[in-house]
Amino acid sequence: MNFLTVIQILLFIGLVGGSFFVAIRKFKEIYDNVNKGRPEHIPSTFFFRLKSMLLIAFGQKKMFKLTFPAFLHLVIYVSFVITQIELIEIFIDGFTGNHRILYHAFEGNALEKLYVFVINFIEILSLLTFFVTILFILRRTTFKVRRFQMPELKGWPWKDALLILAFELTLIIFIFMMNSGDSALEMKEHGKDYGFLLSGLFGNMLTGLPNGALFFIEKTGWWGHLCMVMTFLVYLPYSKHLHILLAFPNTYFTRPEPKGEIHNMPAIMHEVTSMIDPSYKVPATDGEIKFGAKDVYDLSWKSLLDAYSCTECGRCTAACPANITGKKLSPRKIMMDTRDRMEDLTRGRKLHGPDFTDNKSLLGDYITKEELRACTTCNACVEECPVSINPLTIILELRRNMIMEEADSPPEWNNMFSNMENNQAPWQFSPSDRLNWANEMN
Amino acid sequence: MQYKVPVMSEMVAEGKIPDVVFWIGCAGSFDQRAQRVTIAFTKILNQLQINFAVLGTEEACTGDPARRAGNEFIFQMLAQQNVATLNNYGVKKIVCTCPHCFNIIKNEYPQLGGNYEVIHHSQYLQQLLNEGKLKVEGGVFKGKRITYHDSCYLGRANGIYEAPRDVIEALDADLVEINKCRTTGLCCGAGGAQMWKEDEPGRKRINEERTEQLMEVYPDIIAVACPYCNTMITDGVKGKEKQDDIKVVDIAELISKANSY
Repeated sequence: MNFLTVIQILLFIGLVGGSFFVAIRKFKEIYDNVNKGRPEHIPSTFFFRLKSMLLIAFGQKKMFKLTFPAFLHLVIYVSFVITQIELIEIFIDGFTGNHRILYHAFEGNALEKLYVFVINFIEILSLLTFFVTILFILRRTTFKVRRFQMPELKGWPWKDALLILAFELTLIIFIFMMNSGDSALEMKEHGKDYGFLLSGLFGNMLTGLPNGALFFIEKTGWWGHLCMVMTFLVYLPYSKHLHILLAFPNTYFTRPEPKGEIHNMPAIMHEVTSMIDPSYKVPATDGEIKFGAKDVYDLSWKSLLDAYSCTECGRCTAACPANITGKKLSPRKIMMDTRDRMEDLTRGRKLHGPDFTDNKSLLGDYITKEELRACTTCNACVEECPVSINPLTIILELRRNMIMEEADSPPEWNNMFSNMENNQAPWQFSPSDRLNWANEMN
Repeated sequence: MQYKVPVMSEMVAEGKIPDVVFWIGCAGSFDQRAQRVTIAFTKILNQLQINFAVLGTEEACTGDPARRAGNEFIFQMLAQQNVATLNNYGVKKIVCTCPHCFNIIKNEYPQLGGNYEVIHHSQYLQQLLNEGKLKVEGGVFKGKRITYHDSCYLGRANGIYEAPRDVIEALDADLVEINKCRTTGLCCGAGGAQMWKEDEPGRKRINEERTEQLMEVYPDIIAVACPYCNTMITDGVKGKEKQDDIKVVDIAELISKANSY
């Protein structure tokens, strides 16, 4: 092994090791954040969980509610998954200082054809992905897609979306640089044609270049590709793009209950039972009881996982009746605010220690009461989400806090509450008149 | 036919047990428009000689608007009172004309100890049609264009999309679907206790938007299966000054009218 190879291996290990170290530290932070949420038992069987994950995340079932973007997204998704095969070889080569170790291992036997087939598959998909990515950039910047024009996407979320797309384009360019440079060099040095369809074609055009230049192109492609993958890995937990990983656990934990069911509040249930029946023994509860959620960690861990799984596609918001008619509520913003709040608190804890508080809360400082009051609980957002996110659960938990802890409700609701208390109906009618309609039967 | 409204307490006093309790709901009890739906459905139950009862003055609000607005205390008080009443009578089966009552009794009362077979009247009518017990005389609605507005608490909340449509199909009318139907149906604007307050500031009211969507197919009738939707879409149609051309009708009323009950 020559000196240069040793340097390369060390560089590789440093780059990959460093990236994984930084990324895992951040992933751990996210994992801890999710675990800070309130406990919630999700009453589903293993089979239901597996089925949800395979259909919704792996099979992209809900994406296909909108055929065109779903098809574009599918190209990138398949391409991303398949490209990981080539990454296996890059990793082995990187660690061992080899060059195309798998190809050379298979050379001359039946697996060589399979290898070439896989590379061709990756390259064709990558080329398709290149054009799809450009279409996605146009959808963000030029076509006026309503759900990409909303106020909550201004600033960082907009940059985040475009940055990911730019990464993708760069990644693909590096793949083709790597394979084309290598094809040309192999052709010139050994008279050997790998048989790669696309990079072989580009390689043929490059054979006029000196070997040194070809070597440079190939190595730039190889290292560039690797650097982009590592950049992605480190960037992912800070980005909306995290959905490529979290879509899987999040759909695995899809809530199995009918969408119309909202969570019971046992503490209040017991209290009310003991009011009705003084002999009823209220079960002991540990810790103080807070009604609903004022801040992020009052939410269930599933709601927090939801927030990190959101890729800000805005299908929820595009379907929201309140948003469509110009109200401030946007279910996507609910998810983004929840994540932002967790990240802000995490940053605060890092700077000022674990007991950090900033006298802010999710309710009020991030999500306004006007937004919460606008929700009709229609479940359109829940229905639309391609990765089983439930913005409605968060809205309802915040509403509970707003109404029961802060006693801040619109006057019409206060009237409704007192009618329900006094007349057992939300309107002001006497309970004794409940059957008056029967007088008009005949 | 002399229609009867058997009341649970009286039936029990006579030693009779009803097969099903008809849960009227607050809108069905007090709202003038929804009362007509209650009456229509009661007539159907009478005509088919179904052994049913109502709770009468013992029924209380299910607590739905309070719970969804965020007031769990009021929900718990009302719900526990209702569960006590229903369990006291040993009720097994409940039919609701209101999807909000249906949803909360079916999905949220079990945690409070209230376990019943709960069905919505669209499902009940569908069953009666399928069993051949309910027959619909054609004629009245022949050639009419009927579109159906999905109620959120039936559709997305509980996955009931076909039952109300099957009932409409039985009428020998033209069921025309709008673009935004079934899972993509837009809310009427009344759910989550919005019925009792003004819309938050915005461009327009939700019921106005929904009514415009429904009017795109030029219906003669907009069929609904929920008292809230009925109110909201009726208001929407009035806002467009189309109340003479487009009627907003509950599916129970469609059946009772078709059969001249």
